[in-house]
Amino acid sequence: MDNHILKANKIVKQYGDYFALNNVDLSISRGSVFGLLGPNGAGKTTLMRIINQIIAADSGEVLFNGVPLNRKHISQIGYLPEERGLYKKMKVGEQSLYLAQLKGMSRFEATNKLKYWFEKLEIQSWWDKRIEELSKGMAQKVQFAVTVIHNPELLIFDEPFSGFDPVNTALIRNEILKLKKQGTSIIFSTHRMESVEEICDEIALINNGETLLQGEIINIKNNFRNNIFSVEMKTEIDNLSEKFTILNKKENILEIKIQEGSNTKELINELLQKSDIISFNEKIPSMEDIFIKTVSGE
Amino acid sequence: MTILGPILMAALFIVPTYLSMRGLETQQIVVSEKGNLFSEKLEDNEIVQFSKIPEMETERLKKNFGSSPYYALLIISDSNSQNRFTIYSSQHISLSVKNNIESQISKINERKKLEEADIDIEILNSLFSEIEIMSVIIDEQGDESKGSSEMSSAIGFITAFLIYLFIFMYGSMVMRGVIEEKTSRIVEVIISSVRPFQLMMGKIVGVALVGLTQFVLWILLTYSIASLFEVVFMNSNNQSEIITGILSSVGQINLSSIVISFLFYFIGGYLLYSSLFAAIGSAVDTESDTQQFVLPITIPLILSLVMIEPIMSNPDGTLAIWLSIIPFSSPIIMMVRLPFGGVESWEIIISAIVLICTFLSTTYIASKIYRVGILMYGKKNSFKELIKWISYKD
Repeated sequence: MDNHILKANKIVKQYGDYFALNNVDLSISRGSVFGLLGPNGAGKTTLMRIINQIIAADSGEVLFNGVPLNRKHISQIGYLPEERGLYKKMKVGEQSLYLAQLKGMSRFEATNKLKYWFEKLEIQSWWDKRIEELSKGMAQKVQFAVTVIHNPELLIFDEPFSGFDPVNTALIRNEILKLKKQGTSIIFSTHRMESVEEICDEIALINNGETLLQGEIINIKNNFRNNIFSVEMKTEIDNLSEKFTILNKKENILEIKIQEGSNTKELINELLQKSDIISFNEKIPSMEDIFIKTVSGE
Repeated sequence: MTILGPILMAALFIVPTYLSMRGLETQQIVVSEKGNLFSEKLEDNEIVQFSKIPEMETERLKKNFGSSPYYALLIISDSNSQNRFTIYSSQHISLSVKNNIESQISKINERKKLEEADIDIEILNSLFSEIEIMSVIIDEQGDESKGSSEMSSAIGFITAFLIYLFIFMYGSMVMRGVIEEKTSRIVEVIISSVRPFQLMMGKIVGVALVGLTQFVLWILLTYSIASLFEVVFMNSNNQSEIITGILSSVGQINLSSIVISFLFYFIGGYLLYSSLFAAIGSAVDTESDTQQFVLPITIPLILSLVMIEPIMSNPDGTLAIWLSIIPFSSPIIMMVRLPFGGVESWEIIISAIVLICTFLSTTYIASKIYRVGILMYGKKNSFKELIKWISYKD
């Protein structure tokens, strides 16, 4: 069996003359957390809506477990949209049951599952409250429970942490990681790059409806290594030979780029001739750097 | 509203009747007159009861009127001046008492004058007798039946108005529901489970069922509250006579065909308009943005309502025929025409087919607008854009 839970091939979605998605490919490994990244208006939401069959692509195909996407897959996908909410006047328990039943669960099964999740998220006492009585963060917890209730194979989270305080963010993040451990595949869309590095195994970076980058985070980061090292010396150093460029200097901390044809060994030798080295690290680009660099087209 | 509605409706019937009954306390009026010219002919009735006192006691009574059991004192002087009749009372006398006395006095006065002029009252009365035209309908077999254009008008107006009311009430209920789902942002959560078309139709059908339930409940509750009141407070013989009267004139009209047509035009008109209301709801962010879109929809509805009276005066004219075929007015106008019995069966068939075709196409168009609209936030849309959405692929 193919090790991809979801594959999208050459997805095109056009609104009038505007291409929301232009030949987007996507492969999401089973059991991984997949970061779907991109600036506002890049086409992430359109792509997630296509995966959820809310809208249809103009051309291209989406395969779920190797099968073209169809209505049966709805019960195997859980979606937490960025623009989310619940019926304000309806009671928490009542509408959670309703939404779970829409995903094909029986009433009995849904009740049990909801009780389990409500306890886990410490919201069991809200069952008979109306959403309008809850704070935004509280409502988000209910929304999260409703998204994962039917034990889907694939979970799609669009900005899942918005509206949560740091304590609840940690709680939700742990739940997401637990779900991953249980084998659930997760698509995770966010602007917060620090959470991407923490959680994601793979990413795709989309801009203007096109995929700019895709792959495992480690590989992408390796590709973006550019031979820059951060060095702390015992004394200040002013200049180095032509093989090395000093990009940045703050007293005795330097950022040095090794030019082509040279290597770290030569750099260390040269540095040692001038002074003692206190620390020597490769400067690995953060996802944020990669994001900005790729999107701005450098 | 479900429970409160019929109570309010019943109150509408009961309160005026009850109040008017309470007011029926007979008032004692003392009359003082030199001679018997007027006092003799004043008649007691439900409102006033007269008693005469000798003239010499008048002054004494006037002084102590507050402690007397009488409601008012009527003094008739024998002069021919304008102030010939004066009424004394300890409080402002009620309008009904005043009107009653005034009309009695002027009638007595009138007769007196006529007698003086030597005019025979019998002849005069025959001049003013009311003439009533009895209308009889002859059908194709030559059978005659008593017609009642008042009854036809009443049934036509009530059914047409009910359809208007329901389309408006429940159509905007659909619209508000769609807006609520959009502003609370639950819509994207739900359409990840069901298709937008299912959600829209679910809303329309759901509200229709609420509407029908409320409607049936209202009729039952209003009827039972009103008839309970009838039994408890009113002279029931009198009432049942009126009801038998109404039923016998209703019997002349083909009631079952009207009930069936009512249900058909009610549902057809509702489906037609509510799908448009749903499309509008999906295209806006708040209820206050709906104005520009709702107006073009309500104009044909209000126009049909305005046309009810002209149609009643000529229920089988060209205008009536056209308006009962055009689907945006047919649910209301056809209901006005039907009780008059002049509608040809081909007209009903065409009107029904046109209505069905139109609501199928408006539902289709509305669903196209709806599926795009519900996912659009924070943008003020124009008609032009709504039309553009129709051509978007799924």
